[in-house]
Amino acid sequence: MMDAKGDPALDDLPVQQDYAAQVRLQERQQELPRIQRRVGADGISRIRLSGAWVLRSLLPLAPRLRRQLLAHARETRAQWDMREVDTLDAAGALFLWRCWGRRRPALQLRPEHEAAFENLSATPIPLPMRAPADLLRPLEALGSRVFSLGVQIAQVVLLAGQLLLDLIALVRNPARIPWREISANIHRTGGQALPIVALVGFLVGVVLSYLSARQLQAYGANIYIINILGVGIVRELGPMLAAILVAGRSGSSMTAQLGVMRVTEELDALSVMGISQTQRLVLPKVIALSITLPLLVLWCNAIALVGGMLAASYELGIGFRQFLHTLPATVPIDNLWLGVGKGVLFGALIALIACHYGLRIRPNTESLGAGTTDSVVTSITVVILADAAIAVLFSSVGV
Amino acid sequence: MPESRTTHTCIVEARGIWTQMGAAIVHRDIDLCVHANEVMAIIGESGSGKTTLLRLLLGLERPVRGTIGVFGCPLLDGNPGEIKRTRRRWGVLFQEGALFTALNVFENVALPLRELRVLPEDVVRELVMLKLALVEIDADSASKLPSELSGGMVKRVALARALALDPELLFLDEPTAGLDPERSTGFVQLVQRLRQELRLTVVMVTHDVNTLLALADRVAVLADQRLVSVGPLWDVVKIPHPFIRSFFQGHQARCEQESVDDFRRKLAQSRQAA
Repeated sequence: MMDAKGDPALDDLPVQQDYAAQVRLQERQQELPRIQRRVGADGISRIRLSGAWVLRSLLPLAPRLRRQLLAHARETRAQWDMREVDTLDAAGALFLWRCWGRRRPALQLRPEHEAAFENLSATPIPLPMRAPADLLRPLEALGSRVFSLGVQIAQVVLLAGQLLLDLIALVRNPARIPWREISANIHRTGGQALPIVALVGFLVGVVLSYLSARQLQAYGANIYIINILGVGIVRELGPMLAAILVAGRSGSSMTAQLGVMRVTEELDALSVMGISQTQRLVLPKVIALSITLPLLVLWCNAIALVGGMLAASYELGIGFRQFLHTLPATVPIDNLWLGVGKGVLFGALIALIACHYGLRIRPNTESLGAGTTDSVVTSITVVILADAAIAVLFSSVGV
Repeated sequence: MPESRTTHTCIVEARGIWTQMGAAIVHRDIDLCVHANEVMAIIGESGSGKTTLLRLLLGLERPVRGTIGVFGCPLLDGNPGEIKRTRRRWGVLFQEGALFTALNVFENVALPLRELRVLPEDVVRELVMLKLALVEIDADSASKLPSELSGGMVKRVALARALALDPELLFLDEPTAGLDPERSTGFVQLVQRLRQELRLTVVMVTHDVNTLLALADRVAVLADQRLVSVGPLWDVVKIPHPFIRSFFQGHQARCEQESVDDFRRKLAQSRQAA
């Protein structure tokens, strides 16, 4: 048996030359946890702990210290002396406790360190109960999603109904119409969206015209480019492009805004003041978007047609004058009304869905992110579904 | 008092701090030195820049002029690795708790421990439960989300998180605001205990005279954009400044050295009795 056990920490340290490093070394030596073991004449070993037994100083040395402590802990008659321990934190106490096998050995320690061992339990803290694996879980998940879909549709219908009631109340009492909120929303969702809608519309117009021109040229049916662009853009592409851009741009911001208001309890503040959330927050958004989206549809149509016209003149040699002259003759005006009408509907739907998801957000950051994603995905899907339904319903109009 | 008091090494050191927010000057030439193992309390009117001062000391905001050092590490121009190591040595309790809302109570406290990436999961679990027991959060609440907690519980969980790494330095922003009187006393006793066990240094912003009486070794008074006074409670009370007079209105007698010592003795006795 060895008389004295070397300091585990010091063995590791590299030889330091410069003065600053030596100062750091001394500082570290004072802070390091140390174990010394001496065997007395009576054959009883005394294990002396000293230094700092805190998380930070233990971490780099833990494996070596644990091996030593475990070896010492096996001696049942050992006397432990911790009176020279400088600092002891919960992690240090727990470390020793685990090495001792969760019981207290013959131990001397400073009274202020006594408390660190008070809360340590004799048995390890059990793992949190985990629900047993359930074979029906996937089925259950599917079912709950279907039900949740039903519930959400009901909630959207309820919200729409509430908005209708609010609207009627406002018409009876026009002084309460939230003009400022509506105009602010029109500016944000409409005016500020003009550049991006123009860019996307122009490029789609150019691409559509260019691709169609190639096909039409093969049959010598150059002049039909005007029909294709006219009907395609005015009736379908314009409303869809504008709606998808607005859903991504304004729908997400509406959901996030309402969600943050939930997190910061602003929604609750409105409620306790007796101010209707739907009337003050949802209605202006729905009204604003059902005004701006048809206008954006017109803007998108115009720019896309300009793009198409440029490509047609370049590829097929159809002049601007000819293009603009033929357009009203080949594309019945009903298509325009249909496109603008779709704009109104899509605008209202996007705002409604965005607000529905915004109000559903629970006060935590994860729910905020998930709610915003759901809002955009759902509103784009719903817009496409609605567009398909309208295409079927109005199949005999304007063609 | 421990010997480190006499050597007066600055654990937290701010020199010549000037802060500006927009056009308004918040701090003019502030010098502050927090010694090892002392509790420094910062008081001042609302809007006097107490929380800003705390955020400066944490390195969350930058002053226009001046230097800030914590554990001898310059926070404004130190090397990033050293600053990161320094940040692991302190714990911070924010005024509103600043718990991660997407994580439950257990995970909030476990986060700094797991971030070390060396502790095995069962040790993390046991340490977290110890910390939660320390702030009197029962095991049933460990799986709750922050939004399901009361304001006082949020504060206690936030304290448990601040203590997770057993810091040497603790920053507390309004620690006892929102706690009931019993919990507030419990909190004060907890900090006292940690101070003895861990040689903790505490910097706190508070409005509560009881907390000051029970804990503060020195008080720094922030008014008129300057530190009007830094010193023990019984010296600060005597300064004829309108803010100090109104702050300690009716408490002057309690702030005498003898009665402060007496108050602390009683607190210590009640702790031992418990």
